[in-house]
Amino acid sequence: MNINRFSWFNITSLTLGFAFLYIPILLLIVFSFNKSKLVTVWGGFSTKWYSSLFQNEAFMDAALMTLKVGVVSATFATILGTLAALVITRAGFFRGRTLFAGMIYAPLVMPEVITGLSLLLLFVAIGWDRGFWTITVAHITFSMCYVAVVVSSRLVTFDESLEEAALDLGCTKFSAFFQVTLPIIAPSIAAAWLLAFTLSLDDLVIASFASGPGATTLPMKIYSQVRLGLKPEINALSTILIVIVSIGVITASIVTKRATMKKRFYEQQANAQTALHRCSNSIFKRYYNNCPKGGT
Amino acid sequence: MNAPKPAEPASDFAPWLDPAQAPLIRFENVTKKYGDFTAIDNLTLDIYEREFYSLLGPSGCGKTTLMRLLAGFEVPTKGRILISGEDISAIPPNKRPINMMFQSYALFPHMSVAQNIAFGLKQEGKSKREINARVDEMLSLVQLEPFANRKPQQLSGGQRQRVALARSLAKKPKLLLLDEPLGALDKKLREQTQFELVNLQEKLGMTFVIVTHDQEEAMTVSSRIAVMDLGKVKQVATPDIIYEQPNSRYVADFIGDVNFIEGAYIKQSISESDTKLQHFQSSSHGELVAQGEIELSADEKAWLALRPEKIEISKEKPGFTNNCIKGKVWDIAYVGNTSTYHVQLSDGTFIKAQRVNRNRLRKRRITWEDDVWLSWHSDAPVILTK
Amino acid sequence: MKNNVNWGRVALIAIPFLWLFFLFLLPFGSVIKMSLSDMATARPPYTPVFNSEEGIIGLWTLISEFDLENYLLLTEDELYWRSYFSSLKIATLSTIFTLLIGFPIAYGMAKTPSQWRATLVMLIILPFWTSFLIRVYAWIGILKQEGLLNNALIYFGIIDQPLVILNTDIAVYIGIVYSYLPFMVLPLYATLEKIDYSLLEAALDLGCSQFKTFWVIVVPLALPGIIAGCFLVFIPAMGEFVIPDLLGGSSTLMIGKTLWGEFFNNRDWPVSSAVAVILLMLLIVPIVLFQKMQEKELKEQGQ
Repeated sequence: MNINRFSWFNITSLTLGFAFLYIPILLLIVFSFNKSKLVTVWGGFSTKWYSSLFQNEAFMDAALMTLKVGVVSATFATILGTLAALVITRAGFFRGRTLFAGMIYAPLVMPEVITGLSLLLLFVAIGWDRGFWTITVAHITFSMCYVAVVVSSRLVTFDESLEEAALDLGCTKFSAFFQVTLPIIAPSIAAAWLLAFTLSLDDLVIASFASGPGATTLPMKIYSQVRLGLKPEINALSTILIVIVSIGVITASIVTKRATMKKRFYEQQANAQTALHRCSNSIFKRYYNNCPKGGT
Repeated sequence: MNAPKPAEPASDFAPWLDPAQAPLIRFENVTKKYGDFTAIDNLTLDIYEREFYSLLGPSGCGKTTLMRLLAGFEVPTKGRILISGEDISAIPPNKRPINMMFQSYALFPHMSVAQNIAFGLKQEGKSKREINARVDEMLSLVQLEPFANRKPQQLSGGQRQRVALARSLAKKPKLLLLDEPLGALDKKLREQTQFELVNLQEKLGMTFVIVTHDQEEAMTVSSRIAVMDLGKVKQVATPDIIYEQPNSRYVADFIGDVNFIEGAYIKQSISESDTKLQHFQSSSHGELVAQGEIELSADEKAWLALRPEKIEISKEKPGFTNNCIKGKVWDIAYVGNTSTYHVQLSDGTFIKAQRVNRNRLRKRRITWEDDVWLSWHSDAPVILTK
Repeated sequence: MKNNVNWGRVALIAIPFLWLFFLFLLPFGSVIKMSLSDMATARPPYTPVFNSEEGIIGLWTLISEFDLENYLLLTEDELYWRSYFSSLKIATLSTIFTLLIGFPIAYGMAKTPSQWRATLVMLIILPFWTSFLIRVYAWIGILKQEGLLNNALIYFGIIDQPLVILNTDIAVYIGIVYSYLPFMVLPLYATLEKIDYSLLEAALDLGCSQFKTFWVIVVPLALPGIIAGCFLVFIPAMGEFVIPDLLGGSSTLMIGKTLWGEFFNNRDWPVSSAVAVILLMLLIVPIVLFQKMQEKELKEQGQ
């Protein structure tokens, strides 16, 4: 009753909120198909900016560089971040724990200019040539903290008795982790990898500090173009990136939704089986023999 | 196989009474502290082979800690834990000949029923053939053959419970620990499973240690029960002794319903049938008499513990004068098979008396506000001093 | 009990610890060191440079040449303190605006039938996964003088002269609110979703008005989410560079932009380091508070 009275308010706020979030992106996409060079005036439908984008070698090189940095840094960040998550949730107390937690959470909110500058000065101090590897190391460092947060929030809800059961059945701690814990938390590790990957794909500021003359990432390229004004190619490029990411995110969410629905279905089925089991053993058996084996 | 009957486990199976028997498990002055909190307090107890041993107590009494010490997930702060005379304190959980069935079942969600059962055997490095044979054996033991390839989340609660049991039995442990094994099941299924557990334990001739907070469950399945409180064992005995001869008010109160009447000791006498009778002076109810072997000094305080079902309730004054109190029915708790009468006494206190409802409702004569007499035989109360 | 060292545990702690120590904490040391140095038109563009051949004497020469000159400059040149002040103002106001816009959205999400909630959460997260730079870029086309907003307003006859929004502080506010909205909505939603709404009914039942119920029940219970959201917006907004650079004007002062300018345009590494050190000192308290909250939340999740 109370909820219904509020609902006009809810619908309005949700509509306005999502409109605010999505209209700029939609306009960006729409105008990527604009024939006119003037980005804000509609001049008819065209895909010419896409073809000119693919012919722009500088963009393509930057895109390739970004992908390489993204894949390498996301992979290392996932490994290090998962270790960090295990330390936070499982290692108990050790000297320097507060410092460690600080080093995990601070990069999440640390202004990028500070992180970028400090990493650059370190690279200079140790005389490391700036380029692909410095960008990658910089990205590993800040995205491993995001990975640690994602994975540790999964680990705290992880039923530790599963690990204890594995120990009880003869596993060492090490093999219990690989045989039991890792397969179960794998979905959130995958999500963490994707997050690290997009963070790397997205980063302008830290990459600008950490890169050298030879290495330009896509955001750096976009930024240098955007500073000079609106470019229809940028709209086209943005559209491609948005579409790729959207497909990825939507697919992932549909897959998880399917999984939960499937789980619910099996639970209902199992409950029905229990009920049948109690009614009659013979019906129970016949039911199973006719039932296709459900398995994933 | 000298299998004990579930109804009376103490009748022919009582290794704890035989001084020649060596215990399978021995706790020697074990203390476990978490910081300042003492979970287990200087505890000593023996568990014999083929026992179905219950650890019973409210939450926080240390029963789960005791079980985790046995499984090896916790290390004692002080004292030793021996299995077949050998100190196992330093052995990690994965090397102990002990398996555990977890309260949450802890079934691996990414493995099928068969893979779950095979898990422990694989760790031992057994051959595939051996593992398969053993898994099939376990599946048939718990009647889950059609479900071998299912995932745990595709099973009902009762089926999961059986998978967990099969998995923990697969390695033929010397000792099986069961942590609230039936806690997640509904009442009907729980009662049925209790008997299945007992039958299984007898069939396999294994030693089971069960942690439970459910007193009925402990009474039904156990060879012996250890009643625990605040890290200490209050009493270890067979279910019938725990119920009929509790050693303290705590144990009497924890198991079943009980009335306590406080009194001061007067004297001892011998009845015609040659039993010792102890006389107590109750401040409001006059002299009360109870059978017992206890030695007390004059004016010493004691409590008579009386189970409600051992108290007679009647409208007329009974023919004998001992152990007879007058009161007024204040409330009646009708639960179908029995009715419990809450009777208010002259001093304002209450006593519960229980009656089996042999007659239909309208034939019962005692009702609210009735003046009634409560009486009991002198062997009904237990004399407790603590 | 155990006296032998558990090497597995040591390695588990050491690997991420050392990585973060050398690549996150230690670099701040080099920022501090740099802030005490002087600018030079050389490569590297600062003095003094440590010469390892001179050993301990070289180290001493190095230290003796450090000074606080750059910090003095920061107090003397009003550009810097005005940048700090302006950043503080922009970050604070944007945080308040984000909260005011984010709260109704999060509240609406929490009250939506549960089968829709996952979709709404995904819709909130989706923009966060798409490039930050692109989302800021999108606003240029909307806000500029001959941009889409002005075109639309003129078309509908609401205004006849285009509004100047781009390259003003207003555009910066819009950009920050837009970019950081998901960071506000998600923690708010997480706390609002957990509220048992029978509490509201209980309050109404006990004679509380709708409005008062909101203030005495919803807001206090949502407080952890409000605080977390504000930290997540305020701290990064303080050092924001891209938004003031692309949407703000030449008069828009923000410390991130000033730092970037000192570094990339003036190539004055020592001064930009000093700017960073002061910014970090301003942010250290909120960052520590944020960290404490995160740890507390993690613990509560586990229970």
